[in-house]
Amino acid sequence: MLRYTVRRLGQLVIVAVVLSILLFGWLRALPGGPVSALLGERATEESRAQLVEQLGLNQPLHVQYWKFVQRAVTGDFGVSTGVQPGTPAMEVFLQRMPATLELSVLALLLAVVVGVPLGYFAGRRQGGWLDNLSITWSLIGVAVPVFFLAFLLKYVFAIELGALPASGRQEVSIDATHATGFYVLDGMLTGEWDAAWNAFLHLLLPAAALSTIPFAVIFRITRASVLDVLEEDFVRTARSKGLGARVIRGRHVLRNAMLPVVTTIGLQTGALLSGAVLTEQVFNITGIGQALSLGFQRQDYAVLQVVILATAMVYVLVNLVVDLTYAAIDPRLRER
Amino acid sequence: MVPGTQRGKRIDELAESGSDGSAGISLAASAWRRLRRSPTFLLGAGIIAAFVLLALVSPLLAQHDPALRLLEDQVSRADNSIPEPQGDFPLGGDQYGRPLLSRLLLGSQQTLLVALTATVLGLGGGLTLGILAGAFGGWVDTVVMRVVDVLLSVPSLLLAVSIGALFQQQSRFTVIIAVATVQIPIFGRLLRGTMLAQRASDHVLAARALGVKQRSVVFRHMLPNALGPVVVQATLMLAVAIIDAAALSFLGLGAADTSTPEWGQMLGSAQNFFDTHPHLAFWPAGCIIVVALGFTLVGESLRDALDPKKRR
Amino acid sequence: MGVGRPPGLRASRTGRRIATAGLAALLATSLAACVQSQREGDGGRTMVFGAAGAPALFDPFYASDGETFRVTRQMMEGLVGFEPGTAEVEPALAESWESSEDGTEWTFQLREGVEFHDGTEFDADAVCANFERWYNQTGPGQNAALSYYWIETFGGFASDDDPSLYSSCETPDQSTAVLELTRPSSKFPDALGLDSFSIQSPTAMEEYGADEVTARGSSFEYSEYAKQHPTGTGPFEFDSYDESNQSIVLRRNEDYWGEKAELDRLVFKIIPDESVRKQELLSGGIDGYDFPNPADISGLRDQGFDVQVRDPFNILYLGISQRSNPALRDLRVREALARAVDKENLVEANMPDGAEPAELFYPDSVDGYPEDVTKYPHDPQRAKQLLREAGHQDLTIEFWWPTQVTRPYMPDPRGIFNALSGDLEEAGINVEPVSKPWNGGYISDVNQGKAEVFLLGWTGDYNSPDNFIGTFFGSTQNQFYTEPAPWGGELAERLEAADGEADPAAREEMYTEINRSLKSEYLPAIPLAHSPPAIVTSSEVEGLVTSPLTAERFAPVSLRQ
Repeated sequence: MLRYTVRRLGQLVIVAVVLSILLFGWLRALPGGPVSALLGERATEESRAQLVEQLGLNQPLHVQYWKFVQRAVTGDFGVSTGVQPGTPAMEVFLQRMPATLELSVLALLLAVVVGVPLGYFAGRRQGGWLDNLSITWSLIGVAVPVFFLAFLLKYVFAIELGALPASGRQEVSIDATHATGFYVLDGMLTGEWDAAWNAFLHLLLPAAALSTIPFAVIFRITRASVLDVLEEDFVRTARSKGLGARVIRGRHVLRNAMLPVVTTIGLQTGALLSGAVLTEQVFNITGIGQALSLGFQRQDYAVLQVVILATAMVYVLVNLVVDLTYAAIDPRLRER
Repeated sequence: MVPGTQRGKRIDELAESGSDGSAGISLAASAWRRLRRSPTFLLGAGIIAAFVLLALVSPLLAQHDPALRLLEDQVSRADNSIPEPQGDFPLGGDQYGRPLLSRLLLGSQQTLLVALTATVLGLGGGLTLGILAGAFGGWVDTVVMRVVDVLLSVPSLLLAVSIGALFQQQSRFTVIIAVATVQIPIFGRLLRGTMLAQRASDHVLAARALGVKQRSVVFRHMLPNALGPVVVQATLMLAVAIIDAAALSFLGLGAADTSTPEWGQMLGSAQNFFDTHPHLAFWPAGCIIVVALGFTLVGESLRDALDPKKRR
Repeated sequence: MGVGRPPGLRASRTGRRIATAGLAALLATSLAACVQSQREGDGGRTMVFGAAGAPALFDPFYASDGETFRVTRQMMEGLVGFEPGTAEVEPALAESWESSEDGTEWTFQLREGVEFHDGTEFDADAVCANFERWYNQTGPGQNAALSYYWIETFGGFASDDDPSLYSSCETPDQSTAVLELTRPSSKFPDALGLDSFSIQSPTAMEEYGADEVTARGSSFEYSEYAKQHPTGTGPFEFDSYDESNQSIVLRRNEDYWGEKAELDRLVFKIIPDESVRKQELLSGGIDGYDFPNPADISGLRDQGFDVQVRDPFNILYLGISQRSNPALRDLRVREALARAVDKENLVEANMPDGAEPAELFYPDSVDGYPEDVTKYPHDPQRAKQLLREAGHQDLTIEFWWPTQVTRPYMPDPRGIFNALSGDLEEAGINVEPVSKPWNGGYISDVNQGKAEVFLLGWTGDYNSPDNFIGTFFGSTQNQFYTEPAPWGGELAERLEAADGEADPAAREEMYTEINRSLKSEYLPAIPLAHSPPAIVTSSEVEGLVTSPLTAERFAPVSLRQ
């Protein structure tokens, strides 16, 4: 197990290095660049040259890359130029990470809370009306562009009905204390319940929009697992032992069906991040998704570097944890 | 096992599901038998057929030049406002005063083009990687799969945006390239999985034992049997491509030239008018949803039909 | 599928559950202990304004962008200001001023009894300390990315070779500051009203290391002062900047020397996406925002919002670079372009209400604006004829336009491009469109003269011809690249001479003459339109006086109950 873990961690390092090289080369290949971003429409040839010199952008690429690595290992990824000008990129990432996490967790929670029971009941009554209805729903959910759904929800619930806030993370007129950056949690910790509630309301619409794709996947996996498990030997054995239907359902079917579901949740990290880029844009949520789209628009090298590297690492790490958990349960997997 | 494999694993599962290879023909035949009776498949296929037909005949249906602003005397149009539906223009005009209905009809062409080319390119790239990795194994496999894993470790939309942003001039071509790039590692992984499953299978071993050449084994025996899962994936990817293209437009990375309409771009650029002129978004969104649904339905029913577990 | 876990694998689950719950509770209480609510009493009337971008910093000297200035303008004042609703100079921290005969010595009588937000006194020493700080910038501080307006107005710094307009600052007594210049300049005293030249507290700047700017990676990191402690004399003072929630809070300065602000708090909420700003206004999340999309204006008015359209103080032009395409060096070809373009139609179809076709490179509210200039009315036939005469019947030009941007003078680049390229094609000119993202290559390429024909514009900083045409044609190697033209150098020299003329009447005459030549013999580019930027607020907002410089001060604004 230890050797397996070490080997997997080694591979993680390789991915990180390859990714950082790709990323570095890619950023330099982007049109424009930080010099234009800093000087804007008032740039002259002279001021451009001076800036290139001061920022060391005229040095050979490998020198720049080496400097980048040296600084990166100390957590220094340079200073943001467009997303949050003047703030270190790492700080921008850390400031914005909680917003995206909060949103993703709630979206995933919604997907699980709705998807698992639906999948379970749909699976038990295969071909029933609930089954057909939820399958249709999950199929449509995948076919609707996330940002369009987000707009739709916002338009109906925030603008027309005025029931929920249209954008942002929290009413700016609420003078809330932000200690951890997770606004809902902050409000609960400090006892500012109105602030926590307000932050929660801000999360509802974007989380609902973001949850459609994980919902579809979780629903379908649950349903398929329930179908599979119902066929398994131990369920048949349990039945033949004369165990009550409820016991079988609760103890055997649901629990065993949950395993693939849990894996799928790990799998959804990437989809959630992709979706977050779009939802955060629509709802002006100051998370890393918005940082990414702004970073592209405003050629913010530093922020793009941190955010892409970090999200890829988070993604790979989540998968590593899932794999390790699996390997711990099922020793056969270590051999592959 | 390599990092980032949870996503890969799901792809591998699909790879294994349809490729027990022993009897390609009978599998296809039995799949087709069941597909013909599946309402899901028929609905999806109907939608796709209608979509393709629309793309073919739309030049005949569209009454107006999609690139031309409606002239002042053709429609009543208060200063800068968006032309309301009227007379010859049942859906009115878009934000540049161009005829919406004609753009919608003709948009089917470019939408089909984007989805098809992106998927074909993605498939081509994936095929190359998959054949390299799956057929040769060893260090080729390791290197190729490491690249695939790095690509898979970046969330898909992020990868598409990253590629799209590389181009100085944004055009439909750059959108296609961006969307295709996302698909390459997925197809690559899928093909490698099916090939690996094949390499150990009896008929390939038999062919090898009979002294059949490597290339011929790959192309005659391994590839054809890997086809099922690839077709399933490709069908699903057509839907993803249309939606991804819309997302790129929404993020401002769509084609700069809007004279030839495309649904994703129409939807992406309608965001500013959602509250005042929701129909600008609703029409292209509706088209995209229906077509994406069509491809998804067909893909899902193909997957079910090819699943050996369900062959009874 | 379905990796069934053997049922016997789980340990005592109840026990683990209790342990987890206990741990969570412990964690929560310990966190709560160190996270005390920092909340103070609720702060009365608050106005929330939607901003389009995060300010770079709060030290206006190092800034050149509107988003930063919109915030610092509420907290800081310069020696001179602009009369509300106009671009005319009025007294601010200086009550009056006069210049010597030769225009090189400026004496400012300072307002007395003014205090900075940190309680220190505003006096002549503070004024000179600010000038000395600006003049003595070193290293990154001398970069145009930071001290753009100093370089633009005063030229060089103490430690470099470039000559500076600034010579010295004297304090005969504590209410008088005397500014010595090396030569007269048309920019004075208007330029001192620029936000960058706001007078800040020398004590606070020293305490928080205002000049500590360092290049780091691909950008600059600013000082503690610029991020957390901006200290001026204005009606609002800095309260906080919540970066994670992207909101900036200013509070009323209770000790303000003039009329105190009506609002208790002024909040800027950063919303980068234009349509999100609109929706936020519609849903009541913000009380106003700047530069609504022209297409939205009538809709917003219908829904009861106040849309105020400012007087235009900008210019959109069709730029021409003489760098690469030799045909464009021919005056007849440039005239053909001018004839081909239908400005009236452009303004009507693509510009907001109140926009006007432009004849010259600045609006008529600026000095030296002659009415009787050579005009080139829309005439495609004449354009074709001119091209034939010049031997360029098959003229092909690259027409550049930017994506991912809107500007107050250019609300819809794509629409404008569509209209103009149609006009050019109609006159028989082949158009090769080139589009690039604004920050992704457009600006940098255009500024190097690479774009043959392009869309660009300018918003005036203050009321001076030099701020417009001096910026455009004062150099022969910029976007217009007038170097190859026989008159390129001559035009630059005439502009420099006019800027350095001490006598206002003579100066105005010089600018008038330059403007005439610009239209008759030079025609380096084609002025298209002046378009009035709008600002929208909810109907509760009262007392907002708009400024043609888009330099609104929110102190007189109040919210109706």
